[in-house]
Amino acid sequence: MNVLAIDTSSYVMGTALVKDSLPLGEITTHEKKNHSLRLAPAIRELLRQTDMQENQLDRIAVTEGPGSYTGVRIGITTAKTMAWALGIPLVAVSSMELLAQNGRYFDGWIVPFYDARRTQLYTGLFKCMNGEIERRETDQMKLLEDLLHEMKNLDGPVLFLSPDRLIHEQRIREVLGDQAVFGAPLDGLPRPGELAQLAVNREPVADLHSFTPNYIRLAEAEAKWRAARAKAEDSSSSQGD
Amino acid sequence: MKKLEDTMILAIETSCDETAAAVVKNGREVLSNVVASQIDSHKRFGGVVPEVASRHHVEQITLIIEEALAEADITLDDVDAFAVTEGPGLVGALLIGVHAAKGLSLATGKPLIGVHHIAGHIYANHLVDELTFPLISLVVSGGHTELIYMKEHGVYEMLGETRDDAVGEAYDKVARTLGLPYPGGPAIDKLAASGEPAIDLPRSWLEEGSFDFSFSGLKSSVLNTLHNAKQRGTEFETADLAASFQASAVEVLVEKTAAAAEAFDVPRVVLAGGVAANSGLRDALTRRMEKDGRKLTIPPLHLCTDNAAMIGAAAMVQYNRGDFAGDDLNGRPGLSLSNND
Ligand SMILES: [Zn+2]
Repeated sequence: MNVLAIDTSSYVMGTALVKDSLPLGEITTHEKKNHSLRLAPAIRELLRQTDMQENQLDRIAVTEGPGSYTGVRIGITTAKTMAWALGIPLVAVSSMELLAQNGRYFDGWIVPFYDARRTQLYTGLFKCMNGEIERRETDQMKLLEDLLHEMKNLDGPVLFLSPDRLIHEQRIREVLGDQAVFGAPLDGLPRPGELAQLAVNREPVADLHSFTPNYIRLAEAEAKWRAARAKAEDSSSSQGD
Repeated sequence: MKKLEDTMILAIETSCDETAAAVVKNGREVLSNVVASQIDSHKRFGGVVPEVASRHHVEQITLIIEEALAEADITLDDVDAFAVTEGPGLVGALLIGVHAAKGLSLATGKPLIGVHHIAGHIYANHLVDELTFPLISLVVSGGHTELIYMKEHGVYEMLGETRDDAVGEAYDKVARTLGLPYPGGPAIDKLAASGEPAIDLPRSWLEEGSFDFSFSGLKSSVLNTLHNAKQRGTEFETADLAASFQASAVEVLVEKTAAAAEAFDVPRVVLAGGVAANSGLRDALTRRMEKDGRKLTIPPLHLCTDNAAMIGAAAMVQYNRGDFAGDDLNGRPGLSLSNND
């Protein structure tokens, strides 16, 4: 099975090709530059260098978020359209689950995260034992301070994995001290090859057309509109009492 | 059935709040033109919300492309190139179309063409009546008010543009102050038809000989008129105010277009953009061009508002020249028409 993987959920642009469980190639760049300029050229180059014809691809894997809205949409739109055009399945994987794979040989808690601005993080909670990574919490957005408070109440070391490590490392160490573990800088960067591997045994998305990112949050205008409507309904129903 | 000599372009347009795909044969024949409007969603907010627009585009894009091919009764194998609006527009929205087009190009190995949205609007006319040159195009929409001179296919010279609000934007703002629903253009057009342009509102001509536009002064004077009337408690018809606003906007658009056509001595004028759907503008420009003895083309309504067939028509000119985009094609929100920025 030939799997093409695409991850643009953070500033890291990653694309990889895996044949069954054999990695054929990866192109990853870490520049904070527009994904539009990097993704399609990387896919074309990867196919060329591995002598893979587009029509030999069997499935396409993509990170579904959470992460940068625009970044996730770029990856998903490219992946969705390619999968549709080739008539092959699309497999979606959480960006947090992908990042957690980099802690495979750690024994303890794994907390992958992306910075979500205003001291908020996109994060998920995983536990790793004997090379098996298990999810313990769904992906969500949390305030850094809330996350640290929760981690303090957990037993054992916590491995933090993030391309945005430098933004929050100091505060994490202040609160958690030795409980907090950081790997080498590369450990915090999502690997597209891992995404391709995960996708080999994963159920594809049921309906390609309606597949959309996992944004975690509503668009701001949408959230405000819903809140205003709920308030209006509240006051009209209380008047009716 | 596709003949060997035919060129099929699958075009995509997502620059604002319509997710659109179309198949155009040889740059002139529309085989399909599918548009999914998000207007019902954005109405709640009183205008297009960029993040909401981008989300809808992702939900719709492959479905719309599939429909466009099915309606045209062709497959991806029959397509010669993929065209997409690269700008101007909302960057997040543009990026969905751009990456869908790239996904298609990557999957099929077929070339990619990046099209300017305004070139698309102008070429909507080419789908109706083959463009002949030289011509002047008046482009009017929510984001644009421009006079463009074309001496041949694919070459655009900007003669004038708005210095503040686009005419469609002015319509939306005035509609809001009059308590009319979004989008404001059709609402004012309809209301104006039942009123008289009895209120004296200013016409912004700018400097002698300028082909630029300005609508913010007109918008302010509508606001002032309303405000003063309220303070004095005087009664007036909202329909009259709408008619007066429309009369001012249309007069400036028509006169400047006529002046540009005269200055460049063109036998032909084409109208383009979403505001070309405005009946007041269509009527006034038609009468004026008849009087001046110039040929005028106005596309039917469904080709005036944003659609992908117009992008396919403009793309054909680029296809013939071998003007293809690289894999690094980007969404360019401020892309200009007349030079290669
Ligand atoms: Zn437009």
